[in-house]
Amino acid sequence: MAVVAGTPRPAAAPKTRPPTAPGGRRGLSGLLMAAPALLLFTLFGLVPLGGVVVLSLTSWDGLGAIGWAGFGNWGGVLTDGATWQALWLTVKVMVISWLVQTPVALALGLFQAPRGRTRAFLAVLWFLPLLLSAVAIGLTWQALLDPSFGIGATPGLHWLAEPLLGSPDLALYTVIAVIAWQFVPFHALLYQSGIRQIPVSLYEAAAIDGAGPVTRLLRITLPQLKYTFVTSSTLMLVGSLTYFDLIFVLSGGTGGPGTATRVLPLAMYITGFQSHDMGRASAIATLLVVFGLGLSLFTTRLSGFTRMESQQEGL
Amino acid sequence: MAALAAAATALSLAACGSSGPSAASSGKGLTMWVLNDQTTIKESVEAYNKDHPDEKITLRMFANDDYKQKLRVAFGANQAPDLFFNWGGGALEDYVKAGKVDALESGEVDLPRFMPSVLDSATLDGKFYGVPANGITPVVLYYNKKVLKDAGAEPPKTYDELLTAVQKLKGEGVTPISLAANSKWPTLMYLEYLLDREGGHTVFEKIAAGDSTAWKDPAVTKANSRLQELVEAGAFGGNASSVGYDQGAATALLHTGKAGMELMGTWEYANLVKAAPDFVEKDLGYVPFPVLPRGKGDPRNIVGNPSNFLSLKAKSKNKSAALTYLKDYVMNDAQIDSFLATGSVPPVNKLESKLASVKSPDNKKWLTFVYELVRDAENFQLSWDQDLPSDQADPLLTNVDKSFLRQIDPEQFGVNMSKAAK
Repeated sequence: MAVVAGTPRPAAAPKTRPPTAPGGRRGLSGLLMAAPALLLFTLFGLVPLGGVVVLSLTSWDGLGAIGWAGFGNWGGVLTDGATWQALWLTVKVMVISWLVQTPVALALGLFQAPRGRTRAFLAVLWFLPLLLSAVAIGLTWQALLDPSFGIGATPGLHWLAEPLLGSPDLALYTVIAVIAWQFVPFHALLYQSGIRQIPVSLYEAAAIDGAGPVTRLLRITLPQLKYTFVTSSTLMLVGSLTYFDLIFVLSGGTGGPGTATRVLPLAMYITGFQSHDMGRASAIATLLVVFGLGLSLFTTRLSGFTRMESQQEGL
Repeated sequence: MAALAAAATALSLAACGSSGPSAASSGKGLTMWVLNDQTTIKESVEAYNKDHPDEKITLRMFANDDYKQKLRVAFGANQAPDLFFNWGGGALEDYVKAGKVDALESGEVDLPRFMPSVLDSATLDGKFYGVPANGITPVVLYYNKKVLKDAGAEPPKTYDELLTAVQKLKGEGVTPISLAANSKWPTLMYLEYLLDREGGHTVFEKIAAGDSTAWKDPAVTKANSRLQELVEAGAFGGNASSVGYDQGAATALLHTGKAGMELMGTWEYANLVKAAPDFVEKDLGYVPFPVLPRGKGDPRNIVGNPSNFLSLKAKSKNKSAALTYLKDYVMNDAQIDSFLATGSVPPVNKLESKLASVKSPDNKKWLTFVYELVRDAENFQLSWDQDLPSDQADPLLTNVDKSFLRQIDPEQFGVNMSKAAK
């Protein structure tokens, strides 16, 4: 740490490269410090990923010998309508989740950011879903939404006795709602801490200039939350791209009714571990990696997150 | 290259944090994997361990849902148990073809004591690959006597009577038939019976033998039309697709009187006894699947799971101990009594005298019904999802569900399946 700190760097010139002489030492120590993470990432991230790409070119049922299949799996996966349907459902889950979760999380974050006993208590209350495992949440909601014995059986709530998880038209939206229930608290927490980091002096200055609460929200709070927004959105989008466990449990492990909730990760699991077609499942997995990587790069690039520009210059 | 890929997969599986099979490497002894509801097997293992303290069986019990995947991965990673619980049929065939399972000589494990129709499910090319280790579980139609009586309906013997009963029950505002369509395999049971009654058991035998065009047999289309006809008549109510089997809601619908009937394997009897003993005593009735008028199938035919099997891993170091267990502890006198006491018919010959000595009259009536159903059956079709090669199980269940939801036409089912079977 001391080595890095020992190189004073002008704050206003982030784009000029540091002088070369200490740069060599910097590079070495940087490498050393990154080594543990890099090693773990290589071992548990890159190596299996390479294995999956290789497997996608083979045919293997998980038991017998592995045979070379060339691009047969890829041809099969890319021409199968089911893959594209699964991808479409995945995109739907992603986009709708983002549209639903962001405003709710932001509103909750705004509510719970100021100090206060009631706010703190409520924040703890709706933080609870995040502490539960996805399987527990899935089973609980499945029981709650059971039309015969769930909430719909309560007098006065019979209008809820709809096959929410059983109707091919409603199942996906029900799943998205439960996912939101699980993850909104986390994103609310992100926004809350983002809001608390905004310097009070900004608000004080604005108040002196005569800005009302709405103006302060629109001119100070929201712009200052830009990077929180980017982080939260990236986590939401990439997270729902690979989201699996809750959908698995809610649909009884089948992605049903029919294939109404069979998102791409679920299709991958069913192909690999129920149909025992590891080659094809690996092709789907590779497809997921490519989409996920593209998506994260796209969101960070689009938002200028990588430029790491300060939001508080001059403070 | 292949080794690299295998290593990488093993690595990524390990990274998933699965608890993984712990090979019992400490000293002698063998491992055995079964489902966690197999209490009778557990008792027999305890008895064996008492008699063989220096060569004990380490028993691991698993939940139903992920058991097959766990087993497959364990075999792929060469960490398989010596003895493993399975369903016979196509899934077992995968293991046999990969050379992972040893054939059992008839004498080694005393096979002649078992019913031949049951042994069929674990027989491949004339060799036996498993010892029956569970009760026989054909699929039967359960009904709630009180609900049917209140609606003025009779337990159906024919398909037309079934439709009439459905109409009457619907008029009473109850769900005519409880169905856990969310799990998909309960819906498959209807198609299995309807095809058998409609076209006879040979249609599916052709399919199981690998003839993918047999899916386009007109009888397959007719069976799907019947299924959709039942759906259209409101036989399963509006909520079936929300009901999953494992949560017990389908069972509860029947014994709470919210539904009139339920088609399910005979394991449901034990579930009902556990959940509602009073209901079993007073109001539970059961009949074979109704007969189709002008159908080609023998009305005595049944479908379901003939039994579960214990199979022996190839090249097991503990083969002789495993054979001792299979021969002397599986379906011995004590175990047969234990199965009968829980309302389950063990797949062994000459059961009449044992049946006659069962004490509880309800239990005796039930056991006799199941025993005679199996004894008189011309054909006992293993559940399709177990019988077909495992890569066809998912397309099968998905298309059954789509047919049930009427997302596809009756003839489209056969077209889709023949495509998947190629």
